[in-house]
Amino acid sequence: MSERNTEPKPEPGIRLTEQQQRARRARSIAIAISLGVLAVLFYIVTLVKGPGVLERPL
Amino acid sequence: MSVTVARVEPSIAGVGDYIELMKPRVMSLVVFTALVGLVRAPVPMHPVMAFTALLCIAVGAGAAGALNMWYDADIDARMARTAGRPIPRGRIMPGEAAGFGFTLAVFSVVSLGLLVNVLAAALLAFTIFFYVAIYTVWLKRSTPQNIVIGGAAGALPPVIGWAAATGSVAIEPLVLFLIVFLWTPPHFWALSLYRADDYARAGVPMLPVVAGATETRRQILRYTLVLAPVGVTPWLLGYAGSLYGIAAALAGGAMVALAIRVRGETRGHTASKQMFGFSILYLFLLFAMLLVDRMAGGLFAPLWSHFPTGA
Repeated sequence: MSERNTEPKPEPGIRLTEQQQRARRARSIAIAISLGVLAVLFYIVTLVKGPGVLERPL
Repeated sequence: MSVTVARVEPSIAGVGDYIELMKPRVMSLVVFTALVGLVRAPVPMHPVMAFTALLCIAVGAGAAGALNMWYDADIDARMARTAGRPIPRGRIMPGEAAGFGFTLAVFSVVSLGLLVNVLAAALLAFTIFFYVAIYTVWLKRSTPQNIVIGGAAGALPPVIGWAAATGSVAIEPLVLFLIVFLWTPPHFWALSLYRADDYARAGVPMLPVVAGATETRRQILRYTLVLAPVGVTPWLLGYAGSLYGIAAALAGGAMVALAIRVRGETRGHTASKQMFGFSILYLFLLFAMLLVDRMAGGLFAPLWSHFPTGA
């Protein structure tokens, strides 16, 4: 009976290098911050405009 | 049927590369001129709303810059001045730049429309469209008048700023538009005089490449002779005070003097480089003075207040 190969198989798909992982993480953080700023901006503008937020003048 | 999919390496682009893609120096000029348009408006704007408008305009300008770099990646790679940009350097794939640019364009225009007003958003959308579709895609590669007509995109931010504050457009922001519009050709032609080889290599029909240096120098002088008096117009029309008028007249005179030097230059590009550098200072000075004039709040009276009214 032959011995079973116990070596872990390499996972399919693309494996990121250390540099690629760092870059992706930095980009993800930047996107998160941008979306957070956008949400906060909409919230603050709503507070500033008050009921006028529903008015849409040209 | 088999489909071959090109293997694309995962991106190593950092946040800095994307910021570079937005042309931060152009963005800063856009934000500054838009700020002046906004501050000059007769309707005071809430600081939060002003900040929101300027942020949207800045992001919109960045979107236009990214889309320009996406479309012009082939030209940029052949020019020494632009070969270090993120796409030619291989830091960002063209598709990534296009996606980034389109996303920012949509977000900036929609946010400006929802948070500030629809006219400002429409003007921002038109500016991005004009810069990308009319200037970058069409004019830049097809006519030496590329930067003359394309200059309209760079001249619109003060009008957007004014529209953000008032919800309308008036003569005063159009005068600011005219100043930037007339400033653009001498500014870029001064640069193109000493970068002519670069443009020729890239196949961009800039004026020195197509019509030669002598004609370019002549055109620089002509445009500057028109620009200098137009620069004084905000004072002549009574929009700005005497301090602005004096500063604009002196700076305009310096621009004309430099343009005459450029016209007479037969060897080297010293005068062209000085003209390019000073033109940036000139535009900054004029808009900074308009800002100071507004902040001073009538301290420096308009032209007509010096004359007796007969009352």
